[in-house]
Amino acid sequence: MTNLKLTDLSKRYGQVEVLKHINLDIKSGEFMVFVGPSGCGKSTLLRCIAGLEEITGGTLEIEGEVVNDRAPSKRGIAMVFQSYALYPHMTVYDNMAYALKIANAHKDEIETKVAAAAEQLQLTPYLQRLPGQLSGGQRQRVAIGRAIVRDPKVFLFDEPLSNLDAALRVATRIQIAKLHETMVKTTMIYVTHDQVEAMTLADRICVLRDGRIEQVGTPLELYEQPQSLFVAGFIGSPKMNLIEGDKAKPFNAHTVGVRSEHMTVSPDSGTWSGTVIHTENLGSDSYVYIDMGQEEPVVVRVDGSTKYRSGDTIHFSPVDDKIHRFDTNGKPIS
Amino acid sequence: MTAVAENTELTRATTSRPNWLRKIKMGRLLTHFMLLFLVALWTLPTVGLLVSSLRDKDQLAVSGWWTAMSASESLGVTRIGTAADQVAEGGQFVISGNVFGSDTNKQLGGFGLSNSEPAATEPGGSMEMKEGGTITVAADGSFNWTSPSEFTHTRGPRIFYLAQIAPRFTLDNYYEVLTSNGVWRSFVNSFTVTIPATIIPILIAAFAAYALAWMRFPFRGFIVALVVGLLVVPLQMSLIPLLTLYNQLAQMFGAEDGKTYLGIWLAHTAFGLPLAIYLLRNYMVGLPKEIMESARIDGASHFKIFTGMILPLSFPALASFSIFQFLWVWNDLLVAMVFLGAQQDRLVLTGKLVSLLGSRGNNWEILTAGAFITIVVPLIVFFALQRYFVRGLLAGSVK
Repeated sequence: MTNLKLTDLSKRYGQVEVLKHINLDIKSGEFMVFVGPSGCGKSTLLRCIAGLEEITGGTLEIEGEVVNDRAPSKRGIAMVFQSYALYPHMTVYDNMAYALKIANAHKDEIETKVAAAAEQLQLTPYLQRLPGQLSGGQRQRVAIGRAIVRDPKVFLFDEPLSNLDAALRVATRIQIAKLHETMVKTTMIYVTHDQVEAMTLADRICVLRDGRIEQVGTPLELYEQPQSLFVAGFIGSPKMNLIEGDKAKPFNAHTVGVRSEHMTVSPDSGTWSGTVIHTENLGSDSYVYIDMGQEEPVVVRVDGSTKYRSGDTIHFSPVDDKIHRFDTNGKPIS
Repeated sequence: MTAVAENTELTRATTSRPNWLRKIKMGRLLTHFMLLFLVALWTLPTVGLLVSSLRDKDQLAVSGWWTAMSASESLGVTRIGTAADQVAEGGQFVISGNVFGSDTNKQLGGFGLSNSEPAATEPGGSMEMKEGGTITVAADGSFNWTSPSEFTHTRGPRIFYLAQIAPRFTLDNYYEVLTSNGVWRSFVNSFTVTIPATIIPILIAAFAAYALAWMRFPFRGFIVALVVGLLVVPLQMSLIPLLTLYNQLAQMFGAEDGKTYLGIWLAHTAFGLPLAIYLLRNYMVGLPKEIMESARIDGASHFKIFTGMILPLSFPALASFSIFQFLWVWNDLLVAMVFLGAQQDRLVLTGKLVSLLGSRGNNWEILTAGAFITIVVPLIVFFALQRYFVRGLLAGSVK
């Protein structure tokens, strides 16, 4: 069942077109991640869905109703901001209860809902504190709690983890994933520029570039069958190796993309060869950076026990059925 | 790298100095010294005024406030009794009394009979009188003039004396100023002018500032520019046109003149609004946008956002503007004179001080007490609100 439907949605600031004819269906209960480089319009798209930005063209439907001109609070959405946006002069309890109070909910109902959300997010001991007395992770949980309390149909996250440090980021990411499991009917839309977050959280990922949708698909689809050079280069870490020019000719393509784990190294013969310029040993495996005359070095994943020194010449070949071939327009050749 | 190099250099340069000296930096020392100097510069006159206003009016007239704790000396003269005051006592005729009259806080430093030697004799000593007999003056000023023969003089002789006045602090000056000189009335008048003239512009400006900062409507930028432009309009330029307007309005409604409290409230409001809107708008624009957006998603209307988010978070700005406006209205003389006039029943405190300077210019005790009453209110207002400058109200909202 479709929960959210974007038809030909555009957003313009004066002459500048930020979103160009976005068409997208998001299913009920789905976890959709918008990902893309900064300035691609992913946050603007989220804000259009939230109602914080006016939509200049096309329609936005939530549960079959066009909500273009509906106030944010009437769209059945809740949003978690990157900067938490807690109300600094209110206690945690009042922060979470604010929306319900405005909606004139009954006092008992407010108490039950806030208590339940606080329980779920382990915030119960902090209910009477002010946001200033909480740590970054706790503040972000309050922001999430504030959204949960409203029991939204669509849950919007605008880069919620980017203000947290690395350890907290992982913990909060897991918490969001759990939240998604418990709120089965709630659609979640999550904006990030971090493709690890996108890969780990998403049911489907929507890759945006310059205000256009580049590709929509499950994380694995994007990883295994990128529909453009951009997606191929954007999804995956380390980046997919893109080999151009003469060295790609034998494959009948303008560009050949091979992921670092899909290369085999041999000491004396291979499709390509180059000089080792750097190695990163991560223990289980290591990444070898090889200069083969391209703009960027080729990265090859090898077993952690193998040792290469800078300056060594090595040969390597792609695994046959893991090659991505692209034409001059950056479109895949099937 | 460079930072490290510089650091080692600094340590080397200071190693030859003793440990405690190394902690002292010239820059900090200078800053602290300047701060101390400024504090002294501001507080000393205020303290002087306070001390002066609490001193006895005779002492205030002869010595400065810094001598308030030590006894002061003054020369005096008094005429003692005539023959009519004498009493016969054990075959002697006695005239007695006190050279200080009823003043009891004076100590005698010496007394004499001529202007050229006012303190010729020690307290307790005796002097021959040319009217006959001897006079003895004790340290507390009481005297006994005894003579074996009856006194016949009709004019009391003069006794010169040196009095030592013990330091005396009193609230009499305040009592006098507040009760007998109309200062209390002016004090009330000043409050009647100042409080509404502070609250009205803040109310209007807060709403205007919110709209100019967070609502989208046509000509918003133009209005902001207009407000900034109005900041530099000199007040004096608009006094006469405004007064004319008031008088015309007053005539239209049949009032005798346009000089009313309502008139001065509105005048002060108008003069204060540009700065108020400008200050508050700039503050509100700096509040995190996400808070307002979050409140919008939570369903808050503009009015709810204003009362629930903006006002509490803008308290530091509101407080600082209140102080500005309160001080300016309280200390204002020009606008009050123009729009309220100088009649006794509507005279504000600054106007009262001016008239006291004219009529009671020699009565320092009146002036100092009056002046201190004038400054004590702004001081209270400032100290009551200054903590809001310091407190970071936004802590914990974002980041």
